[in-house]
Amino acid sequence: MARRGRKRDRLRWSKLYSFACVRPTVLLDDEQPSSLQGPGYSRIVHCNRPLLHRKKPLDYRNNYITTTKYNVITFLPKALFEQFRRVANIYFLLAAVLSLTPVSPFTPVSMIAPLAFVVGLSMAKEALEDWRRFIQDMKVNSRKVSVHNGEGQFGYKQWQDIRVGDIVKVEKDQFFPADLLLLSSSYEDGICYVETMNLDGETNLKVKRSLEVTLALDDDEAFRDFTATIKCEDPNPNLYTFVGNFEYERQVYALEPNQILLRDSKLRNTTYIYGVVIFTGHDSKVMQNATSSPSKRSRIEKKMDKIIYVLFTILVLISLISSIGFAVITKNKMPDWWYLRPDDTSSLYDPSRPALSGVFHLVTALILYGYLIPISLYVSIEVVKVLQATFINRDVLMYDEETGNPAQARTSNLNEELGQVDTILSDKTGTLTCNQMDFLKCSIAGVSYGVRSSEVEIAASKQMETEASGTPEHQNVTRDLWEDNRGAYGSSEIELVNGIPSMVDKPRKPVIKGFSFEDDRLLNGNWTKEPTANTILMFFRILALCHTAIPEPNEDTGGFTYEAESPDEGAFLVAAREFGFEFCKRTQTSVFIREKYSPSEEPVEREFKILNLLEFSSKRKRMSVVVRYESGQILLLCKGADSIIFDRLSKNGRLYESDTSRHLNEYGEAGLRTLALAYRVLDESEYSAWNTEFLKAKTTIGPDREAQVERISDIMERELILVGATAVEDKLQKGVPQCIDKLAQAGLKIWVLTGDKIETAINIGYACSLLRPGMKQICLSTVSNDLLTQDANKAAKENILMQITNAGQMIKLVKDPYAAFALIIDGKTLTYALEDDVKNQFLSLAVDCASVICCRVSPKQKALVTRLVKEGTGKVTLAIGDGANDVGMIQEADIGVGISGVEGMQAVMASDFSISQFRFLERLLVVHGHWCYKRIALMICYFFYKNIAFGLTIFYFEAYTGFSGQSVYDDWYMLLFNVVLTSLPVISLGVFEQDVSSEVCLQFPALYQQGPRNLFFDWYRIIGWMFNGLYTSIVIYFLNIGIFFCRSFRSGGQTADMAAIGTTMFTCIIWAVNVQIALIMSHFTWIQHLFVWGSVATWYLFLLAYGTSTLSGNAYQILVEALGPAPIYWAVTLLVISVCNIPYLLHISYQRALNPLDHHVIQEIKYYKKDLEDQRMWKREKTKARQKTKIGFTARVDAKIMQLRGRLHKKAPSLTVQTV
Amino acid sequence: MNSSSGSAAGPSSGSGDGSAPRRNSKRPKYSKFTQQELPACKPILTPKWVISVFTLVGVIFVPIGIAALMASNNVVEIVDRYDTECIPANMTGDKVAYIQNDDIIKTCTRNLTVPKDMDQPIYVYYQLDNFYQNHRRYVKSRNDAQLKDADQANKTSGCDPEKTTKDGSPIVPCGLIAWSLFNDTYNFTLGNKNLSVNKNGISWKSDRDHKFGKDVFPKNFQNGILRGGASLDSNKPLNEQEDLIVWMRTAALPTFRKLYGKIHQDLKANDIIMVTLENNYNTYSFNGKKKLVLSTSSWLGGKNDFLGIAYLTIGGLCFFLATAFTVVYLVKPRKLGDPSYLSWNRNPSGH
Repeated sequence: MARRGRKRDRLRWSKLYSFACVRPTVLLDDEQPSSLQGPGYSRIVHCNRPLLHRKKPLDYRNNYITTTKYNVITFLPKALFEQFRRVANIYFLLAAVLSLTPVSPFTPVSMIAPLAFVVGLSMAKEALEDWRRFIQDMKVNSRKVSVHNGEGQFGYKQWQDIRVGDIVKVEKDQFFPADLLLLSSSYEDGICYVETMNLDGETNLKVKRSLEVTLALDDDEAFRDFTATIKCEDPNPNLYTFVGNFEYERQVYALEPNQILLRDSKLRNTTYIYGVVIFTGHDSKVMQNATSSPSKRSRIEKKMDKIIYVLFTILVLISLISSIGFAVITKNKMPDWWYLRPDDTSSLYDPSRPALSGVFHLVTALILYGYLIPISLYVSIEVVKVLQATFINRDVLMYDEETGNPAQARTSNLNEELGQVDTILSDKTGTLTCNQMDFLKCSIAGVSYGVRSSEVEIAASKQMETEASGTPEHQNVTRDLWEDNRGAYGSSEIELVNGIPSMVDKPRKPVIKGFSFEDDRLLNGNWTKEPTANTILMFFRILALCHTAIPEPNEDTGGFTYEAESPDEGAFLVAAREFGFEFCKRTQTSVFIREKYSPSEEPVEREFKILNLLEFSSKRKRMSVVVRYESGQILLLCKGADSIIFDRLSKNGRLYESDTSRHLNEYGEAGLRTLALAYRVLDESEYSAWNTEFLKAKTTIGPDREAQVERISDIMERELILVGATAVEDKLQKGVPQCIDKLAQAGLKIWVLTGDKIETAINIGYACSLLRPGMKQICLSTVSNDLLTQDANKAAKENILMQITNAGQMIKLVKDPYAAFALIIDGKTLTYALEDDVKNQFLSLAVDCASVICCRVSPKQKALVTRLVKEGTGKVTLAIGDGANDVGMIQEADIGVGISGVEGMQAVMASDFSISQFRFLERLLVVHGHWCYKRIALMICYFFYKNIAFGLTIFYFEAYTGFSGQSVYDDWYMLLFNVVLTSLPVISLGVFEQDVSSEVCLQFPALYQQGPRNLFFDWYRIIGWMFNGLYTSIVIYFLNIGIFFCRSFRSGGQTADMAAIGTTMFTCIIWAVNVQIALIMSHFTWIQHLFVWGSVATWYLFLLAYGTSTLSGNAYQILVEALGPAPIYWAVTLLVISVCNIPYLLHISYQRALNPLDHHVIQEIKYYKKDLEDQRMWKREKTKARQKTKIGFTARVDAKIMQLRGRLHKKAPSLTVQTV
Repeated sequence: MNSSSGSAAGPSSGSGDGSAPRRNSKRPKYSKFTQQELPACKPILTPKWVISVFTLVGVIFVPIGIAALMASNNVVEIVDRYDTECIPANMTGDKVAYIQNDDIIKTCTRNLTVPKDMDQPIYVYYQLDNFYQNHRRYVKSRNDAQLKDADQANKTSGCDPEKTTKDGSPIVPCGLIAWSLFNDTYNFTLGNKNLSVNKNGISWKSDRDHKFGKDVFPKNFQNGILRGGASLDSNKPLNEQEDLIVWMRTAALPTFRKLYGKIHQDLKANDIIMVTLENNYNTYSFNGKKKLVLSTSSWLGGKNDFLGIAYLTIGGLCFFLATAFTVVYLVKPRKLGDPSYLSWNRNPSGH
């Protein structure tokens, strides 16, 4: 039974190639098997004898893959190494070790405990992250595939157990477990269809074809005695080449990439295939392509390192001062200090050897002043980032209902980098588009049909309407609705942002996938009543006949689904079916169409003989079929790019040219993909003459066959008669244009890097408003020349350099500030443009352009472009993509974002953040990125402030102790300072601070610019904070010393000892830094209140608790007995708090009063509810807040509005926008 | 989406429906916390706030400052430096030799005039100068366990170099601090009446009760070749040796006062107190001054104007700032939430 099913399969499936491709049957003769010798070509695979590969030298790597950073054994050393790559941690490690010696001013536990805590926490986080990767690997490794066990028996084995030389049988919709040589398939002719989505992001199926000689190996039994040897290239990352020989039955055959099935691609539409494993595991091409994921660090963190170096310098400096001071004092004064017994000292305090004591003291000082370097900084930042990442993961507004995937911050290292992005490099397929086409409009015989409007048109008309009326009701339906009505906010946020379709008059719900056409003049058979019914009939027939698709009956509905090469074709076929021309069957020679002219009548099945098929290629930009009607009439039906078709029209075929061309322009403006349709009636003799030529050309052997075929085809595709044009909407993912618009308003540049062909890319550029009419397009291209010699290479490069220079000059010459340029470049040109001596010119040209589109780029090039932008501009780049072909660029960019939800997980696995829809990028950057940037920036500044404030007081005190290394604070105070008393407030700052609410972030994308311009973490600010710390330390120390100097501090006459002064100073510090953080915060939830005031309270509680034990030494009962009852203790605290914080208060008051930042003003507007009182102002500001963008929806809409206005003036008879 | 029609074009056929249960589990749960929408107060620094805060600080600080200054002024303090005076004229050339010579009787008499009425209690302090009680070597040189517990007399760790006697028996109390105990003594007479100095209660009660054992007696103290400071009565438990307890509270600065005793008697202005002191303690080695201080006390403690002045200065500064900001707001008012201050309105040329 299975056998029969297979037969049927064969009948249906193996037809395709007879149209689509000409099978070169005799080609092998003129291709000598290449001599495979020398380095790089040493691999030998003994097919079906995997046992031979168990021994050296043929013992190739197994198929186990691992992407983890550590394993059980290496974890500890490697993770520790990672931890101690941070200079600060090394320092603390040294300090901890030295604390075991008498050099240390502190007890060992007070040095080791915080370090162990900090490092342990970070390592735990690493371990958890790696564990997740391990689980993911295990899932892949334990997938099962059917493998030949010998004796013609196949059994299931896990992927990881597959060896080189194994014969595997892969079934429909399975992934290939390794790189395979295709031996045979369920089709007689050994073809199979492969989806390479994970490799290059292309969704269309590719045909792979086995060698003729192995066709017979098409059932399990056949492998009982099969042996062969493959000699081929060594593992390499090149996806599109393969060089090898296949030795079988004493014959040698050349292998091509066409016989190779790559790991991670998927078998489609083919019941099964047999293949020999050539490359396994990390040898496979896809794994070779995977570069190990680099550990990325954000710019802020890198800068933070610099600050730490500055602090280290200060630390070393004051330590030097201390130790020199100590040496001098020890030498000169200490001999007189009899109470120190200078006659009986250790080398630490030896007046006779001051230099040695000085050296020892340097170590002591380095440990003592270690509080300048915040030990808890890294761990606090890590905690904060993990919590921030949790917020990103938990954001319901970034959860996609359709795929069920929430956003995921896969590493938490880069949260703040999200707030500083300058350039976004985006993949196209699967990222911007869902690769689904909707038939929306058509123009037949000079009449435009289709009443639905594209997204661009609807938005434009909405905008106009709003501007014209400006009444509140209208405002409600447009941009403002979602913010005033928070209830509706969550559900339909994106559509409402720009007043996009869906809600107004007609719910725009396409009932049929791929078909959004609506016009009663054509539907339901009404077209027969049109005056040009004959042309319309021709139009429909071209739609139904001119393609290479295959119908597949759909059991559920009784209809057909179509396997088409491109989604456009699929949309045409669906459209044809809806118009009553259902393509239902294809045989070797014919296409069967069920025609139905009116809904009531029974369909008539007509057979159309397909005589020839002239393929589509990106060079030809057209495809044609020659069909013979049942009546015997021969026609050539042609569809193609309008420019190509219009050139080929006959004199009497130009009847509708001007109308059609006008419609094509309109469609183009509306962001639709267009094709023109035409036909030509042939008479028998003319055809047969041409056909002989054509057949001859097709059977030519040799390299010029292609050219021959093309030339002959060209002869036929002339004298066409124009029928009309189609307009298909390339379905963008939901919310993509709006998102791009917002991102553009936020000042981000967007580059599209796609593997697609140039036309598609440009169309998408239009659809998502990266391109628009009126934009000057700069296309860089090479003279297409396949035989590139060294000379030609050089010439091509010079040519490109010239193009770049010219374009650059052109841009400079244009004075109009609103002029926008778009750069379009293809992969081949890019190879030259990325060469070292050209790339800088290329980059500077690209930076001048409002949008950049790179087409036909390989994964490698994507990564190279990303690197160029990253290194060339020095700004933060973000790469977003969904396929394995994007992995390189995702890893290369400062931030890699993967789109989850589609099948392939590679991109997600390599990414730093994953989201399920492109549109969530807006929220990720504009809300989370903005917040995280500010939070981390403030947090780090504060950290340095507080540690300088604290650390320097220790230094001042030193000067009063003869630089002896005594600390005025109890060891426990110091231990608790970073870890307990000041950590939670700063964490709450880093986690919960919001300068403005998320709604405001979204409404004012311009606020995002604070990040890329780095307003909150520039050296000015950092140094300001350091000075604040310096000031605070001085105030705390000298006020305390001044006040407690020599006096009794209580009415009972007691004088203050070191413990009392130390405790009072420490109280002042705790208060001062906590009040300071309260002044920094602009957003207090109960959590911040709890943490900030809780920290202060904790300090007093600690003092109480600590004071109950005599172990506390002189701090025993210090609060209860000594300090608490002393009014001066509280008076000093109050005084110091005020003095420490008045300058900062003064600074922010002054700044707000005279020079407020954007978020200050917006905070005020929100606070006084001015946005509600004066909605007009609020709306106006929101509009103005946008950057003057040249790309994006808004720019596009503005252009459209201008155009529509112009038309209104002229009182043009019809408006295209009919929805509203 | 619209799987009802089922007429999918193209090879991709949408996401499977089997994922429905998984979906719900992955959906983040809504809570105000996770969505960062917790109710929050967002205070804004408006001119009103700025001026009120500064005024308020001024209003609070100035009275405190005045009160502190007054308290400080009410304190009557007599300071007498005696280290230079209490040295025989023939020995001024070699003070160290003088002080180290145990054979010389070091008694010295000083007359102090009471400048103002002094109400009891009058606190007697000694003030040392250039004495680094805060030196790390000094501060560490003690053992609290030994002081507290008679059983732990052997615990002398940290007490280097005053750990044990030559024959190895532990010194109690060990360490440099105890060893260098201050040993000048003062006796006061007013007219011909002896002014008794009460030396009880000059230390913290908690120290006496919990840190210095009542059954710990000095042992082997000051028995070494090198004598440091005072000797201790080996029949008196440590918790009664209040001079030691006070001394063991190391001072934070090289100039410090320590409580010597209290005089429970009012003194009248122009009373002349005769102090008979024993100038035993060696500060001549390191040029340290020695001062005798008699002082009354206020609610803020001793005489020190610093606090009052600081409070007054800050209070005044805040009044000034409040005024200054008032002027700024009057001269260059900025309407709160005035959109014209937004960056895109201020430099229309763009960013």
